[in-house]
Amino acid sequence: MSAPRVDAISVDVAVVGGGPAGIAAAALVAETGRRVAVLDESVEPGGQIWRHRRGARPPAAAKRWLRRLERSGATVLRESSVVDIRDAEGGRFALTAERGICPLQVNATTLVLATGARERFLPFPGWTLPGVVGVGGAQALLKAGLDVSGRRVVVAGSGPLLFPVAAALAAAGARVLRVAEQASPRAVRAFASSLWRHPTSLVQAARYRLAFAKAPYAMGEWVIAARGDGRVEEVTITDGRTERTIACDLLAAACGLVPNTRLARLIGCATARGAVVVDEHQRTTHPRAYSVGESTGVGGVDLALVEGQVAASHILGRRVNSSLLRQRDSLRAMASGMDRAFAPRDELRQVVTPDTIVCRCEDVPSGALRAGWTMRQAKLYTRAGMGPCQGRVCGAALEFLHGWPADSVRLPVEPALLSSILAESAELAVPPRTQGASR
Amino acid sequence: MSARPQSSPAGEQVTIIVDGEERRVPADTTVAVALLGLGVRAFRRSVHGEPRAPLCGMGICFECRVDIDGVADRRACLVPVIEGLLVRTAAGQGA
Repeated sequence: MSAPRVDAISVDVAVVGGGPAGIAAAALVAETGRRVAVLDESVEPGGQIWRHRRGARPPAAAKRWLRRLERSGATVLRESSVVDIRDAEGGRFALTAERGICPLQVNATTLVLATGARERFLPFPGWTLPGVVGVGGAQALLKAGLDVSGRRVVVAGSGPLLFPVAAALAAAGARVLRVAEQASPRAVRAFASSLWRHPTSLVQAARYRLAFAKAPYAMGEWVIAARGDGRVEEVTITDGRTERTIACDLLAAACGLVPNTRLARLIGCATARGAVVVDEHQRTTHPRAYSVGESTGVGGVDLALVEGQVAASHILGRRVNSSLLRQRDSLRAMASGMDRAFAPRDELRQVVTPDTIVCRCEDVPSGALRAGWTMRQAKLYTRAGMGPCQGRVCGAALEFLHGWPADSVRLPVEPALLSSILAESAELAVPPRTQGASR
Repeated sequence: MSARPQSSPAGEQVTIIVDGEERRVPADTTVAVALLGLGVRAFRRSVHGEPRAPLCGMGICFECRVDIDGVADRRACLVPVIEGLLVRTAAGQGA
């Protein structure tokens, strides 16, 4: 079988991820005339935060930055998933992407990883039922047009994300019955009172709270089970003393966000505490790769925008505006306060029963896993983390439940088309196998 | 979530073919949301045969994978609907 021809483009800077951080970095660099390509999985750039229903009004900052990106001259490759990055000869990166079902090669001197964050899903009995979605998941589906009017919804999990999601669900006509925050009331209040330095965040939170005013915001409560016949019909929540069962049509549950570090780890960038390590210029430990936004630690849209701009300044050899650096420090301090306040409580480990599915791709129940294993052993013995999502969902759960750090990244980083793999191996000039050898 | 027909802001609809049946769905949406709107519960069946449906809504979890235009295991949450799109869910694969 001969390798198919593959479209290849060559740029100065490749930005992976078209959320706020990637947009800021790409726009600033492209405005100087350098060739920039942004690769993004979605239909439109903007990331999860700036994604909006067509016809709905995007936030002002989103409009401003999306417009700036459009005028910057950067090439935006929509619906493009990066399945491999190689450090090619001559000091260039070779990215293999898939645009829909077409492979695409992007060569770049400099790489900016703005891969964002994903939700931390912690398993509980019944979490695999249709109708149980993430908190950000509910928001993403809502933004894509999901009709929730009249639906009974429970929102459960942790962190500030619960607020805009509950508000958006209520605004879309859902009956939000309860918003359960697993962090203790004390932790939440301590975090809230630290926000005096960020008054706009407080105003925003109050506005969201008003939007879902009919639902209680219950702190120190977490889900212990969801039940239903073929779909979620009810959820049981506890505060550790009493249990409360609520009938619902949709359960939005996830425990905060975790940085996406897979592509960074693939090219050998160091990570610490689950985030890509960067220096003051947003440079990773790889000399030609930068990382910006949530992949360097979950900190929100404002921090993402600042980090994108800092990286762009360094790529362009410009001095970084000192007010940007001060802003970054302050936003990072807020982010680490948030991390502490909303850390998942120990009791979340106890809700998992031996038959609770942990790895959804391979249907591996918790009881099949043994304490004392490594993630590698779990993969070998049970196939946990070996399915299409490649541990993106169960990885964070297993780290929380068993303390297993992520295993090394395997290629392709996500399910890839055979044509992409063939195209890439042709490029690598691997001698073609004879027919006999392939049997 | 809803079996009722949805209305997009613009109100435009397209026809897609789900498991061999023509269905009208809002134009400005993804395959995942269109299927949820049609009341589809089992996008796919798990290794042990359980019904699975979208979880993350953003291309991470692969729970919403379905056949689209003859290509297996595409993430329904990342594919916009277009007129005439051929979609096959677990139900359409005899599962």
